[in-house]
Amino acid sequence: MLPELVRRWAGLWLALAVASAWGAKAPLAVDEIAPGVFVHRGEVAEMAADNGGDIANLSFVVGERCVAVIDTGSTAAIGQALLAAVRLKTGLPVCYVINTHMHFDHVFGNAAFEGGEARFVGNQRLPASLSARADGFVQRVTETLGDAAAGTRAVYPTVLVDRDSTLDLGGRRLKVEAWPTAHTDNDLTVYDEKTGTLWTGDLLFDAHLPVIDGSVVGWLKVLDQLEQRPVRHLVPGHGRADVAGTDALARERAYLADVAATVRKAIRGGQGLRAVIDAGEGKAMAGWQLSEAFHPRNLSAAYTELEWED
Amino acid sequence: MKRRQFIAAGLGLAVGGRLALAAVKDGPGTAQSLEVEVWKGLRPGLFGERDINIDADGIISLETPYRAADAAAVPIAIRGLLDGRDGRYIKRMWLLIDQNPTPVVGVFQFYPESGGADVETRVRVNDYTFVRAIAETSDDKLYMTANFVKASGGCSAPASKDAAAALQSLGKMKLRIDPPATPGGAARAQLLIRHPNVTGLAMDQMTRTYPQPYYVRKIEVSYRDKPVMNAEVTFAIAENPSFRFNFRHEGAGVLVATVEDTENGHFEARAQVDANGAS
Ligand SMILES: [Zn+2]
Repeated sequence: MLPELVRRWAGLWLALAVASAWGAKAPLAVDEIAPGVFVHRGEVAEMAADNGGDIANLSFVVGERCVAVIDTGSTAAIGQALLAAVRLKTGLPVCYVINTHMHFDHVFGNAAFEGGEARFVGNQRLPASLSARADGFVQRVTETLGDAAAGTRAVYPTVLVDRDSTLDLGGRRLKVEAWPTAHTDNDLTVYDEKTGTLWTGDLLFDAHLPVIDGSVVGWLKVLDQLEQRPVRHLVPGHGRADVAGTDALARERAYLADVAATVRKAIRGGQGLRAVIDAGEGKAMAGWQLSEAFHPRNLSAAYTELEWED
Repeated sequence: MKRRQFIAAGLGLAVGGRLALAAVKDGPGTAQSLEVEVWKGLRPGLFGERDINIDADGIISLETPYRAADAAAVPIAIRGLLDGRDGRYIKRMWLLIDQNPTPVVGVFQFYPESGGADVETRVRVNDYTFVRAIAETSDDKLYMTANFVKASGGCSAPASKDAAAALQSLGKMKLRIDPPATPGGAARAQLLIRHPNVTGLAMDQMTRTYPQPYYVRKIEVSYRDKPVMNAEVTFAIAENPSFRFNFRHEGAGVLVATVEDTENGHFEARAQVDANGAS
């Protein structure tokens, strides 16, 4: 009990010291959804000045020896605020920073965790995919957020997962698993054996319309497998902090299947890409936010994928 | 270093163009409003001193979305409207995107056998821009029409959503034939080519290098050994290039499409077509 208390105090002290060093960066608000499992819920929104890029769910898991962070946010500042949140809960070092895929809102806080003992973990295809996009991502984040994006740059995972791997936090093991092309070509899930918590990254969207940046066919296949997993806690990349026991997976499947069916029918009927996108323009998908921003794009992505089917 | 300067020059032009556009983007295109800087720079090289009629009504129409869902694959159609009654046909069409690093998307050649100059494709759009279609009729006259399109980042976006899969299937082609909607009309074909169509403008951040541009540059389509459409295109065409066009199908025959890329890759697709224009 005493060492734990000391640790907490040390953590708090560190958090305050760290916060002042970074211009009093307020720690991100987190929920403890299971013992030692903390989730910060990002806004369901596109990146904008008023949310500072705080738009994805970011987590950390505390073991007996060290801490693993899962996704780090859109900017270096958000990464620092996440680290400050870690420091409020524990004085243990961060030994792993796990990125669930290459999208900027999940990886661009990595820089805040450099210089310590943290090792950066990702799907083996993440570095190439991020590297091809990083310049554009940095430009977009900087244009949208201005000063709030200061110091934001790509930090690449070096612990690369091609199938699966286990990370030991001391008395707590995380299983990380790489998936075939689905939301992106470098999706990775994390499973905490101790609490039965599964992090899907953006393989699962809640509230936020799913975004296809990989393969709609591949994604539906991955969902077949994810739906079979017995989990006690389920953390999506966007939306609520824990959607275990809800219909979140089924709802996402229904949307993706609907996109695929709509697009296949249009292709068979000889409709061009333009007509299919136009039909989705301005259409609000019931029960989802951000349809206007992402639904036409999803139709476009699905069309250019599915027109190759025989 | 060269490429960087090239891009910087492109951006410089973009700023000038944007200013000129700001005044006109809500109004219909007029002779004045279409004369933005980029176009003034391009025009002599492509058309010399030739007159370009900007009243293209009844000659060609250009279909573009006002706002792109995906700047890396913006669907565009240029439709020839001549019905042949005055004996003229469209023999060539240019597609230009003012604010792209390489504004010329492509030049498409058509023939009396083409069944009407009409092409649909998908392009990369790098900035808010005018898109122009210019048609040359068989009596050597030029006509231009233009639309404003809101999109950005299409040229510097990386080629593929699934890089490994894209390389594996490179060169695969698909030729789809839709029989004429009305008897006696032209049949419609869609040619799809699996190709990354690398722009060379998306920097790889880890290596701080730009990839070599690598794209489809030439397409030739014939039916019963007569040319239907020939095109010379640039990397402004989206990944996995797609072209839809017409062809006359008087009698059964084989539609043949040959494709050449910048690394001298040659690809060919054939489709047997019956007398009704079905495959
Ligand atoms: Zn994502």
